[in-house]
Amino acid sequence: MTPEAIFTKLQPIIKVYLPEDVAVNDITLESDLARELNINSAYFVDIVLDIEDEFDIAVNNDDMERFETVHDVVALIQSKITGG
Amino acid sequence: MMKNRVVITGLGVVAPNGVGLSNFQKALEKGTSGIRFFPKLRDLNFSCHLGGEPIVSEEKKLQYLTPLQLRNFKSSGILYAVIAGIDAVNDASLSHFSDSEDPNWHLGIIFGTGISGVEKFREAIHRIDDNNVRRLGSTSVIQTMASGGSAYLGGILGAGNMVTANSSACATGTEALLLGYERIANGQATYMLCGSTSDCGPYIWGGFDALKVTNYKHNDSPQEVPGPMSANANGFIPGSGAGAYVLENMDHALKRGATIYAEVLGGAINNGGQKGGGSMTAPNSVAIQKCITDALTNSKVSAADIDYINGHLTGTIKDPDEIENWTLALNRKQGDFPYINSLKGLVGHCLAASGSIEIVASILQLHNNFIFPNSNVSPLHPEISALVGTEKIPTTKKIIPLKTIMKASFGFGDVNACVIFRKI
Repeated sequence: MTPEAIFTKLQPIIKVYLPEDVAVNDITLESDLARELNINSAYFVDIVLDIEDEFDIAVNNDDMERFETVHDVVALIQSKITGG
Repeated sequence: MMKNRVVITGLGVVAPNGVGLSNFQKALEKGTSGIRFFPKLRDLNFSCHLGGEPIVSEEKKLQYLTPLQLRNFKSSGILYAVIAGIDAVNDASLSHFSDSEDPNWHLGIIFGTGISGVEKFREAIHRIDDNNVRRLGSTSVIQTMASGGSAYLGGILGAGNMVTANSSACATGTEALLLGYERIANGQATYMLCGSTSDCGPYIWGGFDALKVTNYKHNDSPQEVPGPMSANANGFIPGSGAGAYVLENMDHALKRGATIYAEVLGGAINNGGQKGGGSMTAPNSVAIQKCITDALTNSKVSAADIDYINGHLTGTIKDPDEIENWTLALNRKQGDFPYINSLKGLVGHCLAASGSIEIVASILQLHNNFIFPNSNVSPLHPEISALVGTEKIPTTKKIIPLKTIMKASFGFGDVNACVIFRKI
């Protein structure tokens, strides 16, 4: 799956957790999840569960330490899909 | 030190016979019961297939909680607490509280429960036992912690004073009011949003079914369950919901022109120590009487001034004992006894929420000068009719001026709480 395709599937997942003052169009590959999108870091675990279900992958605790930007998430998903 | 006077300026309620204050009041005036049959209880082999559950639509939930908050949300008690609490704050004309950028240091919350988020906890337990703890998600803790109701409300309202949950079984709601009253009386808060809540469903109600204190003889006739004080009373119907009240420093309420429902004159909280006939599930009569007389003393009210009592009165064999305790503590009986009723005939025993829902009913009656009917109370229990004139136990709505009323709750653990309200 290309990074673009992953990003397209990832957007609606992230959208669920956006606070009221952030729009879905604000999500770009460079967006910092906590600092720019203002997503409460408590929701990161929920985002991971949703990603696991959507992409049929398994994310472990070490993987989650790299969760800062949307690009980090896309890269992680891509590596998991290709068996990384 | 002079204690501040405390009044009630807002009410909110989520009850099996009415969600929202005006629906609830209409149900009280008509004597409408919210007790109904639950097929799930029958399928689970409960003895009692009846219960009381407030009807809250998906649309209504979205008026109080965001779609994100409602995601994987399985805590009915917290939902009830949030609706009742926000309604009470709006009723007090304080809805601007949630708009502020800063915490409101003057607003505290005491919202109690017996146990929180039982359905959510069940989900968590199953996942943990399946070696799947990581699937609990981020809200499992906040939905099941006992302070969940108070915490959700605290966040929505920006409360910056004490935000906590008390817990004293069936006395929780009445105790919450008195704890909030104390905090304002001694100057530690200006507003206290107080109340209590209880989840609905088999996992909350199961323990009472096993204890055989619920009524299993009317599974086919929910409208005919013998009510509290009746000769045929043989067990209560479990309920659920929440009641909430805004307590406020009286001077402050008067200055801002708030509508004042009543003044909290005072009350008493005590425990029978599980002695003198008291146990985990049965009360110590001496302690009950002391709670009532202490409430009068603390409120500087004489027994003769009490117009009306909202009793604990569960619809079990304990009702005559409670009536006897009232007559002894007040030294009033027969035609001289105050008017008395019990809400449990209309909504069931709402457990940790019983005190709070019943307090809302008490204040509505006081404010609007009426007494709701006692459901299915005829024939009256002979031990009760020997002590109290039947005209003081209304079977139809009574319109009558009310000025000073008492509410008491008695709970498992031999806990007693009694509060006195007066119309200003």
